[in-house]
Amino acid sequence: MFDFDFNSGEPIYRQVAEQIEEAIINGSFPEGTQIPSTTEISNQFHINPATVLKGMNMLVANGLIEKKRGVGMFVVQGAQETVKGARRATFFEKEIQTLVKQAKSLSISETELLKMISKGYEQ
Amino acid sequence: MSVLDVSHISKSFGNQTILNDVNLSFSGNKIYGLLGRNGAGKSTLLNIITNRLLPNGGKVTINGDTVDNNDEALSHLFLMSEVNMYSNGSKLSKIIDDTELLYGSIDRQLVTELANKFELDLNQRFGKLSTGYRSIFKLILALCLPVEYVLLDEPVLGLDASHRELFYSEMLKTYADQPRNFIISTHLIEEIATIISDVIVLDNGHVLLHDTAENVLAQSSVVVGPKADVEQYTQDLNVIGKESIGQLAAFYIYGELNDRPIPDTVKISPVDLQKIFIFLTNYTNGGNGSEK
Repeated sequence: MFDFDFNSGEPIYRQVAEQIEEAIINGSFPEGTQIPSTTEISNQFHINPATVLKGMNMLVANGLIEKKRGVGMFVVQGAQETVKGARRATFFEKEIQTLVKQAKSLSISETELLKMISKGYEQ
Repeated sequence: MSVLDVSHISKSFGNQTILNDVNLSFSGNKIYGLLGRNGAGKSTLLNIITNRLLPNGGKVTINGDTVDNNDEALSHLFLMSEVNMYSNGSKLSKIIDDTELLYGSIDRQLVTELANKFELDLNQRFGKLSTGYRSIFKLILALCLPVEYVLLDEPVLGLDASHRELFYSEMLKTYADQPRNFIISTHLIEEIATIISDVIVLDNGHVLLHDTAENVLAQSSVVVGPKADVEQYTQDLNVIGKESIGQLAAFYIYGELNDRPIPDTVKISPVDLQKIFIFLTNYTNGGNGSEK
């Protein structure tokens, strides 16, 4: 299910886009299938339809979903790989920098951190 | 496109000024959140818009026509408020008939559907309803009338959590089916924060803020970290509120951040609408409002 954090102050349209991306990555919204409509998402999560639409339009612009006239929005073929690629591109600044900052504040050395990462891969 | 204009509205009761030169414009089938502390003038404004109260100065128009004593203009508006306009002895079905006469039509199918969903028996008399069900009945009328402006003053008063959820869903459903303007005045900011597209904050009788919800959120941030670092980083910023515990401080900013590098010890995060509202309208707790 979508996991919105309305108190985070993070723009809601971006959260809408991210939640749909998440569902594309984990296969809940498979390529070629229809995703819930603006109205459905709006009603269920109490979000202004214009906000939902703005989030969806972001995904259309990024080539992840497409509009089929009179039917609805569909996940584009290859969308999963596109999302993964986009997330890989921002992985360093979004995840690694935060991780290293936290490690530093806990006085975890680079060597120790690398060891932990290797261990994480083994599990 | 229909436009509701509030221009230079002032209102006093005795020597107490409630509204002072309020100017607002509503159009574009949006959902507006009308926010303000107790006594800020929200209900007075909604009553003036619907001609239930007369202003001391200024005017309210719909597409240029005054609402003052103008049934045609007023038929585009419906105000749902705490005030009970219906006699206790009237059956709900009779009130629906009377309201239909006033407004020309009412979506009977939707009335029945909503009454079923809220488990409201329309053969009851108005006086027999609990506070919550009085609100529910008035909300059903508000959602089923063919008006371009639905004004809701504390719409969920007395409604339990699941009825509130149901109301917000049904409201958005009718909004999708038939886009129109909603003006919602409420103290439950968290519940409507994602529903509204525009925010109006009334404060001491004047408009403190009128912007899209997105812009308001984009302009707000909180800087958290050791007090000295936070103070230094926020020096020339518009600080609207401060919180601290020991040497850990959180300063709330409304407006642009500066280009200075952010110290490692400091974290900047977005803020939610309720927090922004609290600091913008609170002058005693370290905040200084958005204007001086």
